[in-house]
Amino acid sequence: MNLDSLKYAATHEWIDAQGDAGTVGITRFAVDQLTDLVFVELPAVGKKLSAGAPFGVVESVKAVSDIYAPVAGEVIAINDAVVREPALLSEDPYEKGWLIKLRLDNASDVGRLMSKGDYEASCHSH
Amino acid sequence: MGLSTALFDWHKQAGARIVDFGGWDMPVLYSSIVDEHNATRQGAGLFDVSHMGRLWFEGPQATALLDHLLTNHVETLDEGQVRYSLVLNHDAGIKDDVLVYRIEDKHLLVVNASNRMKLLAWFDSLRAGFDATIRDDTPLTSMIAVQGPKAISLVQNELTGSVDALGYYRAVWMALASEPATRLLVSRTGYTGEDGVELIGPHQAITQLWGRLLDAGRQDGVKPAGLGARDTLRLEAGMPLYGHELTEEIDPLRAGLSWAVASKDKDFVGKPALIGLPADRPVRVGLTLEGKRIAREGFAVWPAGSRADANEENIPIGNITSGTYSPTLEQAIAMAYVDPSCKSVGTRLAVDVRGSAVSATVVKLPFYKRSRAGGSS
Repeated sequence: MNLDSLKYAATHEWIDAQGDAGTVGITRFAVDQLTDLVFVELPAVGKKLSAGAPFGVVESVKAVSDIYAPVAGEVIAINDAVVREPALLSEDPYEKGWLIKLRLDNASDVGRLMSKGDYEASCHSH
Repeated sequence: MGLSTALFDWHKQAGARIVDFGGWDMPVLYSSIVDEHNATRQGAGLFDVSHMGRLWFEGPQATALLDHLLTNHVETLDEGQVRYSLVLNHDAGIKDDVLVYRIEDKHLLVVNASNRMKLLAWFDSLRAGFDATIRDDTPLTSMIAVQGPKAISLVQNELTGSVDALGYYRAVWMALASEPATRLLVSRTGYTGEDGVELIGPHQAITQLWGRLLDAGRQDGVKPAGLGARDTLRLEAGMPLYGHELTEEIDPLRAGLSWAVASKDKDFVGKPALIGLPADRPVRVGLTLEGKRIAREGFAVWPAGSRADANEENIPIGNITSGTYSPTLEQAIAMAYVDPSCKSVGTRLAVDVRGSAVSATVVKLPFYKRSRAGGSS
């Protein structure tokens, strides 16, 4: 995965958009902050998500966090492997640890998200 | 910036994540709570517990003062004996849970970091008429815990006295083998459910010992462990944590700590109120949960099969005070206060985990008990 080609939300999700579809996950920064993941909950295929809507839950030993849709779209696939084995998310958040695939309502929405450089700057500013 | 321990720079260099705990900047984890937890259960974990308050009581009536302030017996302590006790307010609410040590003609009280200043003021208000002094040694010394099945052999190599001969809840002065003039107070105590010791001594000696123990134990899987693992370990061991299971609104009977209250044999602050308390009040229980979701502090507990969402006809029968994923049992565990009608082992309950009803069962505490083979208690 070329991390420079991904787009990022301030809530620590990444999206790999290809035409009108996109793969969504959470960033290494988010995974490292959570540590010790024990539970991942993902939505049903077919669920329609608006931009910024919570679509799943990640629980670590320390804390529970919602995961938000970076852009609007319909869930067309979920990663069952990461639900069965949350450790995949810690090991490989950008490949094996992807979470959902979306059919995007508007492919142009992705342009409003952050570049890798801007996202990394936002992580270090707080 | 809060207070920091003598090991703070070591924690930072080791890459620890630092959090505020009771006004102290403390390591919550170095790499992984689960790894540090498992290292403590399988080998040994090293914990910086220098934030714990260390108060020395001295003088002709220090023992009588402590027996007035604490729920458990102080006068009957043998030389070098350590005892768990509670400090109550006048309404029998728990101000702190403490360990009291009898060391020669003095007593040491080890108290929770977040309660140290509150207790000093409380003791000051109650000491009139007792010929005794209270000295807060907390900033002058460091304190570490070495816990786990390999803890005793690990520390033995660094100390002059016999650690294995030290009985459970006993304390003795020892010296560093490398610096025989340095005195360390070594006690067979801890907060993890494992065998192990806690050591109190000068900053420089404890810092040096910390480094030597990690160097010596690294190949045996000995790890530094943060407050995150300390919390999961104590929870598995069924031990209450002040600010969660214990507060000034909770009395020892509800908390299941009547074994630490000597109300038949002596008077102490809070005893009159304690004796007048009604019997049927919510009590502390252990819960195991189905699935991997974690019941967090404050989550409501309901009878099994009831709706998890609050409505007027349906009132929760309790609430969660601590919850985590148990690395040893590989399931979600929690402690809760529940209505006495729901306290029996095996009672089926439901926890409202952010709107989802998760099935839970009341189980006997502790969740985890080590095998005592080799232990001397």
